[in-house]
Amino acid sequence: MADAGMDAALEAQSEATLRVFRGADGGGEAVDYRVPIAPGMVVLDALHSIQAHQAPDLAVRWNCKAGKCGSCSAEVNGRPRLTCKTRMDALPLNEPITVSPLKAFPLIKDLVTDVSWNYQVNKKIPAFQPRVGVQWKMDQRDVDRVQEFRKCIECFLCQNVCHVLRDHGKQEVFAGPRFFVRTAGLEMHPLDGLSRTKLLKDELGLGYCNITKCCTEVCPEEIHITDNAIIPLKERVVDEYYDPVMMLVRKIRGA
Amino acid sequence: MTATYETHEHDVLIIGAGGAGLRAAIEALANGARVGLVCKSLLGKAHTVMAEGGIAAAMGNVDKGDDWRTHFCDTMRGGKFLNNWRMAQLHAQEAPERVRELEQWGALFDRTESGDILQRAFGGHTFKRLCHVGDRTGLELIRTLQDRGVQQGIDVYMECTITRLIKDGDRIAGAFGYWRESGRFVMFKAKAIVIATGGIGKAWKVTSNSWEYTADGMALAYEAGAELLDMEFVQFHPTGMVWPPGVQGLLVTEAVRGEGGILRNRKGERFMEKYDPKRMELSTRDVVARSIYTEVKEGRGTPHGGAFLDISHQPAEYVKKKLPSMYHQFKELADVDITTGPMEVGPTCHYMMGGIRVDAETAQSTVPGLFAAGEAAAGLHGANRLGGNSLSDLLVFGRRAGKAAAEFASRAGATQLDSAQLEAAEREMLAPFEHQGEYPYEIHRDLQETMQSLVGIFRTEEDLQKALHNIEELKPRVERVKIDGSRMFNPGWHLTRDLRSMLLISEAVTRSALARRESRGAHSRIDFPQLDDEWGKKNNVIVSQDGAMALRQNPVRELPEDLKKILAETK
Repeated sequence: MADAGMDAALEAQSEATLRVFRGADGGGEAVDYRVPIAPGMVVLDALHSIQAHQAPDLAVRWNCKAGKCGSCSAEVNGRPRLTCKTRMDALPLNEPITVSPLKAFPLIKDLVTDVSWNYQVNKKIPAFQPRVGVQWKMDQRDVDRVQEFRKCIECFLCQNVCHVLRDHGKQEVFAGPRFFVRTAGLEMHPLDGLSRTKLLKDELGLGYCNITKCCTEVCPEEIHITDNAIIPLKERVVDEYYDPVMMLVRKIRGA
Repeated sequence: MTATYETHEHDVLIIGAGGAGLRAAIEALANGARVGLVCKSLLGKAHTVMAEGGIAAAMGNVDKGDDWRTHFCDTMRGGKFLNNWRMAQLHAQEAPERVRELEQWGALFDRTESGDILQRAFGGHTFKRLCHVGDRTGLELIRTLQDRGVQQGIDVYMECTITRLIKDGDRIAGAFGYWRESGRFVMFKAKAIVIATGGIGKAWKVTSNSWEYTADGMALAYEAGAELLDMEFVQFHPTGMVWPPGVQGLLVTEAVRGEGGILRNRKGERFMEKYDPKRMELSTRDVVARSIYTEVKEGRGTPHGGAFLDISHQPAEYVKKKLPSMYHQFKELADVDITTGPMEVGPTCHYMMGGIRVDAETAQSTVPGLFAAGEAAAGLHGANRLGGNSLSDLLVFGRRAGKAAAEFASRAGATQLDSAQLEAAEREMLAPFEHQGEYPYEIHRDLQETMQSLVGIFRTEEDLQKALHNIEELKPRVERVKIDGSRMFNPGWHLTRDLRSMLLISEAVTRSALARRESRGAHSRIDFPQLDDEWGKKNNVIVSQDGAMALRQNPVRELPEDLKKILAETK
């Protein structure tokens, strides 16, 4: 009897309940699935187990399952996460784990959302343009600063938590943290010769950001989005467009 | 009939948006073609993003003695001389220019003291040759190409899967597929098609590959009549994670060894001393993978059945700087701090040396108008690929394929899409909704078991025959595979088609492995453990003949005198 009780207790520990959103843009509901737990398991493993044994048509977007491609973003217990890097043993398993799609993007089905808007925004940003006659020499210290921005895996978690997008729906006029990081990577490239400050001010809506740092908190690559990308870009815009001396210079030049 | 499908028309259609597909698209566009690029996932998520260690290119920034000749020789020796020598030559000659071009498009590589692109040591490379960005070189490469391509005006069809190539007589005329989101069918009219769909890792249980690597392109090409080459050569990367179970197979970059990482067994012995005392940890991948496998098999493995890989003798800050994603990967997924303790690693199915047989100069397959580049194509790597030669392969032959495809399209007349072929393609995709068999997941698992246990690192006649038998038994199950739910973003449905490709190409691998009665590079036969000079003169070729899979041997093209001389000189 004691053994049976022990086994039951062990079994109870070795299972978890996932409360997964199922549905399409017409509506849907959370469905509970019991999933056996293995050591080191991540939420994406649990979703794959559901696909293989209980719901073969469960829609999940994923690729590398190694935290390198940024495809498997979802909200786990209300927090935006990469499901491939969210360990089950870091979650309270005595209650259902909720898994929902990213809120800031239109739902396609289950955990998959339509992120195509991001690709449209990206097209607005002019590519790297080397200064005329550059020597292709760079100092590692100058490269370091930009490499931080180039770590971005485009998981769009920062876009998902940014209240300008998530709560105020300013997609038409605001590019979001991901594209400030991208622009910072170009603007601070040691050999780039183009200025994108006008674009930042007029088209990417940099001014809407009031630096609450929500984006920085969720970045799985630990990019200091606010401090290292957004604030320096804001300073560039201020220097160029709101600095009294520069304003005078522009007036004289007639620009 | 064809009017009922959503239709797009391009001069050149590229299938696959990893490094090879993107590079091909950029080049085809630059040569005046109207280019469409189709990919199964979102743009920028292809497996190239996982490439860690670097791009091999003889730039000589760190070791001044390096040049294309040495790179050529290293590649040929690594491939045990089964390589297409012309591809190996072009690759070594053109790789440096392809890297410089990436830099001019905005890629930011790690630098030397004097401000040039830094290069690191890697297995099988005589000199420090790998241009890199920490351990996320692939991400830098794909992002640079992606941004370049989008800015230049490539039409990208994301989350779209091609299930059939359509032919007009002998030549390629287009492709049929579906949108993952809606499940609606779509067709593409094209004068030339470039296949850049990568490999077949997902046919094995322990693999570093993502869900996309299901041999689609090889299967599409084979079904369209193209020849497949060197299919027995599957690379098992020596170092994948072995624990915990959920991450088994996940890649641990060779850069760990390039930066000085040491392999030890459970007894603390640096066992590479036994297997390759000269090159040690930086021996070629086939040798290191077999060594780890042997240590484990003979009872000297780590608690979770691997080897210890230790970089903790290097300063912690250096490790975090040069191997940042490895540091995070182990910290977050395995509770291991690699700056203070060893990793546990073991072999993982990583790369397909074999693939679509192509012409070295143009990357054209044996089907007119059908081109292939990157992992989906064969020839450059021979029996074993050197680390770092994949990213350079993507750039060199992606560019060549794009250029040749654009030229082919400019000369080619209009094609007709045959409605009977399109209807058959549609019927094939809809059938699983009518079937009463099994769901695809179970069948996939069984295929993975077979390939893992019977067509792995070490092979025997008996195992391979058994694998072939299992594959025969899987065929009727795949024919009856079922799915339910709707066609909207239904991964189970997608797998029903991917499974057919995997099964088909797994058979090609197994048949080629059975035929090659010797051990060479990544193909190790326990029953034929030696190199056989006769087999050194032959490549296996797989082709569809009267509806059946046929195997024949092609002679390896003889090296011209100038290259023979270079090889003799660098011995």
